[in-house]
Amino acid sequence: MNLIGENITYKPGDQFHLNDVSFNFKKGNLYTILGRTLSGKTTFLKTIAGLLNPDSGNLSFEEKDFSKIPVWERNVAMVYQQFINYPHLNVYENIIFPLRQRKLSQDKIKTDVEEALKTVGLNGFERRKIQELSGGQQQRVALARSLAKKAKILLLDEPLVNLDYKLREQLREEFKRIFSEGMSQETILIYSTTDPQEVMELNGEVIVLDEGKVLQKGPAKEIFENPLNLKVAEISNDPPMNILKGLKNSDNLNFENISIKSPKHFKNLENQNYNFGIRASEIKLDENGEEFEIELAEISGSETLLHLKKGNSKLIALIEEVMNFKIHQKVKIIFNSNKFYAFNQSGELVSSPYGANNG
Amino acid sequence: MEKLYTFLKYTFITLWTVFIVAPFLWAVSTSFKDFQSVNSKVTYIPWLDFEPTLEGWRVLVKSPARGGVDIVEPYFNSIFVTCTASLVSIVLGTLAAYALSRFTFKAGFVRNNDITFFFISQRIMPPIVLSIPFFIFLSTIGLLDSLLGLVVVYIVLLMPIAVWIMVDFFNRVPKELDETALIDGCNPYQAFYKVVLPNSIPGLIVAGMFCIIFGWIDFFFAFILTFTEVQLLPVKVVALNSSITPWWSLSASALISVAPLIIVAFVVERYLSKGNLSGALK
Repeated sequence: MNLIGENITYKPGDQFHLNDVSFNFKKGNLYTILGRTLSGKTTFLKTIAGLLNPDSGNLSFEEKDFSKIPVWERNVAMVYQQFINYPHLNVYENIIFPLRQRKLSQDKIKTDVEEALKTVGLNGFERRKIQELSGGQQQRVALARSLAKKAKILLLDEPLVNLDYKLREQLREEFKRIFSEGMSQETILIYSTTDPQEVMELNGEVIVLDEGKVLQKGPAKEIFENPLNLKVAEISNDPPMNILKGLKNSDNLNFENISIKSPKHFKNLENQNYNFGIRASEIKLDENGEEFEIELAEISGSETLLHLKKGNSKLIALIEEVMNFKIHQKVKIIFNSNKFYAFNQSGELVSSPYGANNG
Repeated sequence: MEKLYTFLKYTFITLWTVFIVAPFLWAVSTSFKDFQSVNSKVTYIPWLDFEPTLEGWRVLVKSPARGGVDIVEPYFNSIFVTCTASLVSIVLGTLAAYALSRFTFKAGFVRNNDITFFFISQRIMPPIVLSIPFFIFLSTIGLLDSLLGLVVVYIVLLMPIAVWIMVDFFNRVPKELDETALIDGCNPYQAFYKVVLPNSIPGLIVAGMFCIIFGWIDFFFAFILTFTEVQLLPVKVVALNSSITPWWSLSASALISVAPLIIVAFVVERYLSKGNLSGALK
């Protein structure tokens, strides 16, 4: 009774939009598709919706061949990153539109719409025109329309990306509540995003997508703790995980004339060249640390992002306070060596601070 | 500086308005004159400068047997031909434009843009080039000097305008709107008439306006393709001009010719000022 995709490939031009993608989605679960822009997320969702026909592969739902069923009979719902509503209809008419298409009874429609409006916090807005609403409210209408449908597959394609920061935070909180309370156990929820933080907060099953290929599948925690390779480590962290090319010997990690005591979880690693990974948040300013030059300092919210350089190595440090720095100023930093990852020369994870693959 | 700008702006607008409106006022005034008041001296204001008469207007509805030029029938002919051809052009043109905007066509080296250009190219050719094929075509199928024949020709002339405007309009309607309609349970036809069409009314009105204007003002094809059975308004108005130019009835017929366009302009202006044209879709 699952939504199953097998070896789905879609290559409209020179580039793969989907490259041999397989999955098995169970009802009542939340799946997040994490990937950068143009990684194939929208193609993935549109394929499930039926708006695109893959070149090869099978898609089945409830043991029926999905590719034989046209979009309008699939019983899916989709929210786009642009706020797509029907501009000629008001809020109420927008939400009942799919229900009318399915010729449900008037009473059923009424209660479903009221429920959906309440869930997204738009009761009282029924008679408003779409153009009179803010971006956030428009996106709520689109979400309410999808929820009222009670579709068996709900697709959300970067629903928060076009909203401003504050609204995004607020709606993300509400999404978490809606997904945990408002969804039936009959629904498969698929949510695509570029934002690793969103993935961690929604805490569902994650699929990391890059150039149409699935790089890793697993629970959000697993992706965070044990990114399978450098690409995943880059995509699943914001700012991306810092990668330092260096050499491990028996006691130390050496890179750019810096020598750091090798952490305990590296003790079984062979002594050779590695790509060492460290998150921006695991780097601290410290008087006794190593000297780096500042290339750029960005203040975001209550944090400061420092883009640092030494020799050929560049890295980003996340300082948990707002500080003013000058460009080309020298600062001293230390690394939390217990949080080092090691990736081998071909980019695969060989050691993680969270235990997997140790040695 | 600000004041000077405002002053210049209003001066320009005033001069322009005078430039546009003056001929109309002249025509209104002249239409109430007769031979004598036209030829005696320079006169403008009725009752003060000259004695107004309805002679110029009466001629237009009198039958030729009684010394008039009956423009009532050509008038309704023109309305019928323009409206029918515009309506057909809008319906066919909108469907063609939607297909060109949403689906990809491939036939040899021909692509969507080539098809769109083919439509527009019909208007690039000088009318004189089209006149001979049209003439031969209509005479072959026996529709020369008939209303139906004119409707057919006008559809050929007007549909490119409709296609051109509507392709541009549909290209600005996000594809996701159609897709959402499909996802919400519409088949492609329902998606078109339940969602895309209601949001295209501003485009339809603009296209309709252009079709009506271009259909209504055509003289050339009406002149070439009709003889005695059927006459359209522009041809009849020109035929008014005889050895002595009857300025009064010419003015009256000119005014009555532009009347429908003025009405169309007011209707469209009112619709456009509601702001629906640009604000409907972002």
